[in-house]
Amino acid sequence: MLSFTVNGQRVEVDAEPDTPLLWVLRDHLDLTGTKFGCGVAACGSCTVHLDGAPVRSCVMPISACAGKRVTTIEGLRQGGKLHPVQQAWIDFQVPQCGYCQSGMIMAAAALLTANRSPREEDIAAAITNICRCGTYPRVKQAILALAHKAGA
Amino acid sequence: MMGQERQLRPRSPWRRRFLITAGVLGGALAVGVWRFYRERDRLTPPAALRAGPGPAVLTAWIKIAPDSRVTVEVPRQEMGQGVTTSLPMLVAEELDADLAKVGFEEAPVDSVYANASVLGDGAPFRPDDAGWLAAIARVTQFKFGQALGVMATGGSTSVRDAWEPMRRAGATARAMLVQAAAAKLGLPTSECTVSKGIITHAASGQRVSFGEVALAAAKLPIPSDVPLKQPAAFSVLGKPQPRLDIPAKVDGTAQFGIDTRLPNLLYAAIRQCPVFGGSLKSFDAGKARTRRGVNAVLALPATSTSAAAVVAVADHYWQADSALGEVAIQWDDGPNSAHDTRGQRERYQSLLESGDARTYDVAGDVDAALASAARRLEARYFAPYLAHATMEPINCTAIVRGGTSCEVWVGNQSPSLVRGYAAKAAGLDSADVRVHTPFLGGGFGRRAEMDVVMQAVMVAKQVPDVPVQLIWSREQDIQHDVYRPMAMAKFRAALDAAGNITAWHNRIVGQSCTGSFLSRLLPALASDAMKDKTTVEGAFDLPYALPNRKVEHVLTHEPVPVGYWRSVGHSYNAFFAECFVDECAAAAGQEPYAFRKALLADRPRHRAVLETAARRSGWGNPLPKGVGRGMALAQSFHSIVAQVAEVEVRNDMPVVTRVVCAVDCGFAVNPDTVVAQMQSGIVFGLSAALFGEITVKNGRIEQSNFPSYDMVRLAQSPHIEVHIVDSGIEHLGGIGEPGTPPIAPAVCNALFAATGKRIRELPIRL
Repeated sequence: MLSFTVNGQRVEVDAEPDTPLLWVLRDHLDLTGTKFGCGVAACGSCTVHLDGAPVRSCVMPISACAGKRVTTIEGLRQGGKLHPVQQAWIDFQVPQCGYCQSGMIMAAAALLTANRSPREEDIAAAITNICRCGTYPRVKQAILALAHKAGA
Repeated sequence: MMGQERQLRPRSPWRRRFLITAGVLGGALAVGVWRFYRERDRLTPPAALRAGPGPAVLTAWIKIAPDSRVTVEVPRQEMGQGVTTSLPMLVAEELDADLAKVGFEEAPVDSVYANASVLGDGAPFRPDDAGWLAAIARVTQFKFGQALGVMATGGSTSVRDAWEPMRRAGATARAMLVQAAAAKLGLPTSECTVSKGIITHAASGQRVSFGEVALAAAKLPIPSDVPLKQPAAFSVLGKPQPRLDIPAKVDGTAQFGIDTRLPNLLYAAIRQCPVFGGSLKSFDAGKARTRRGVNAVLALPATSTSAAAVVAVADHYWQADSALGEVAIQWDDGPNSAHDTRGQRERYQSLLESGDARTYDVAGDVDAALASAARRLEARYFAPYLAHATMEPINCTAIVRGGTSCEVWVGNQSPSLVRGYAAKAAGLDSADVRVHTPFLGGGFGRRAEMDVVMQAVMVAKQVPDVPVQLIWSREQDIQHDVYRPMAMAKFRAALDAAGNITAWHNRIVGQSCTGSFLSRLLPALASDAMKDKTTVEGAFDLPYALPNRKVEHVLTHEPVPVGYWRSVGHSYNAFFAECFVDECAAAAGQEPYAFRKALLADRPRHRAVLETAARRSGWGNPLPKGVGRGMALAQSFHSIVAQVAEVEVRNDMPVVTRVVCAVDCGFAVNPDTVVAQMQSGIVFGLSAALFGEITVKNGRIEQSNFPSYDMVRLAQSPHIEVHIVDSGIEHLGGIGEPGTPPIAPAVCNALFAATGKRIRELPIRL
């Protein structure tokens, strides 16, 4: 049995130690908001926060998560209210098919925690997630709007 | 089969006419002429909608609950194109509903929801061909589509196909609600008005909500010929509306196929034969079966739509996938183990010169015009195979209960085909199969295929009464796709002394998407006799005035399966033709914008779109040194799109900094979605132009995951501006695909402007 915290709740799972965090979240805990995209940390669909930092959960063995704090898209709300990034995603009508957006939102939230008012080049360097629908212009617009708000 | 071109006899125009006419008549007879030309009832609710208690059902398209919440039945699949908002908007407009109280649900599988436009568009005629043969063929294919009753999402047809029936449903339901309200109040219907879901009698001040009279309204006979609004009266359509699916897509609650969770769900991983057309020789799963959580290791035979495979079923996906790694598999590579795309390309090169070509468009005398020309030019172009790589990997969840019924959950572009194929795999009747279509994590044409449905149901049948979720890895997705065809083109053009194009000869070589699709899914209909217009779309229907022209196609058959990939034939033909138009402009010593405009003298809509893109981009204004500007114009799926790209070269790589896009889709139902789809199509086409290439060696696909089949990311995504050119509801066009074709040629033409180098091959290599 392996134990860690997911979205503020302590959980215990019985999984092979090499099982990626992604599949523990999806199959063992039914937290399906975190998505499988490539399995090789190339696309970022599976991005979650591990002790507050963005990680690609498809290559993160569960054995490395013992005792740590995991936040997924389901746990991003703050006090029942949407996280500012989630709200900006609605305001700027970012998602299309929506499949990559959990990872995109988690990556954006982590960026804004680390840097409250990122410039365009900071966004380009930090957001390396793949979106086949091409929502990038709106992702950038939404993050810049949040950055502007923070800087104002 | 490989490397051998099927011999086609030369075809005369009369033979072609005969074949088309025979096809038309045959189709009509097949479904009964009387049924064929009858006006189809699109309003009566199917049995599946009426079953059980619940909200009132008003027509096949609308449910209204006692609290006045309106649920619209959406029979098209949401894959990001915004269809779960645009289609409810059609209903809400005519219903005069409160948009804040309008939601949507997946419509049941029924022929009342058939997409007839997708077939109607398949007739091999130029969109501007107004001749009798073209007209009959279009109407017949449309009617054939209705008669077949296939629900499908593709060809950028959703809004166009739903435009009439869903507005009609809204207007009809509104009339029924008014009638019920008037009866309740004892007042004439003519004195009632409707706004935001409230029926009001102004004189007496009495108000009735939709919810209060919905059940009574549902019992009334469905009236016919209820009039529709004129566009000037629209208050919902044509105004940007927030998408109904977006809230669920920001908090992780949106359900995709892969998110299906059922009691006792098992997971399956798969390895398919790496060579197309190969089979399984043997496998040893001794070690794999002893692993924890593993339930079964099974072999799946190849079918017309799916490859031979070995599948591991386990309590969790990771267990299944890990177990597969320990199965020793011996494949029989079959007849295609020597196939490679390098050799295929050499063959195509010679077919460009000597292949047996079929003519799709001809006017004047090309050879005579070429012979007498002041100036001639010639060029060859190449486009590679491409994979779809939808973000949600291919997956399907299925359960076969007691050998008598089957239930399937799968992101798909045709629930009707899913029902048929699941039934086939389960050995059941279609009526015994229930299909659920959650959100699609990308479609782009990939999810019109039935391979994973076939495989998942074959597995579920072997693990009876337990639901199984089969998930393909990304590597399986890239290596077992149906690919955008590899294609080559040769152009010959003649210019007169003034620089006018006096001859245009375009020959294209490649496979047929429709032929390949039919051979997998409806083999009885697969035949080389019928032309496939997708092979030449974007080439045989150019809007330019070309007095002497000939566009022909050499059909090939290859072991690599091909399929519909966002914008289909336009995806390569627009690159070929729009780059060669630029070459002609340069050879004529003319500026590319003025050159195109002159060729569009009698095409006001095309000219307006081109002018909008040029003006908004600042065409002609000086650019910094090293930056080039290029344009392209493409008409596809009844919409016209022009794009101007600004490109520079940094570290030997093209960097696209800005794209200005103008689009005429007739009337923009949800303008913000039109903007989003143009942005989407541009980025999708840019990934292909900069990185996209699928190659085959020893019968195997060489790429496997995103590092070897890369995508544009935010850092490479240009600044995009979209401008909508309105030309009214009579010119309704699609928006899911038309943004893609112009970007590759716009970028390549910009690179020419920046560097003087012509790019005639994708992906771009400087």
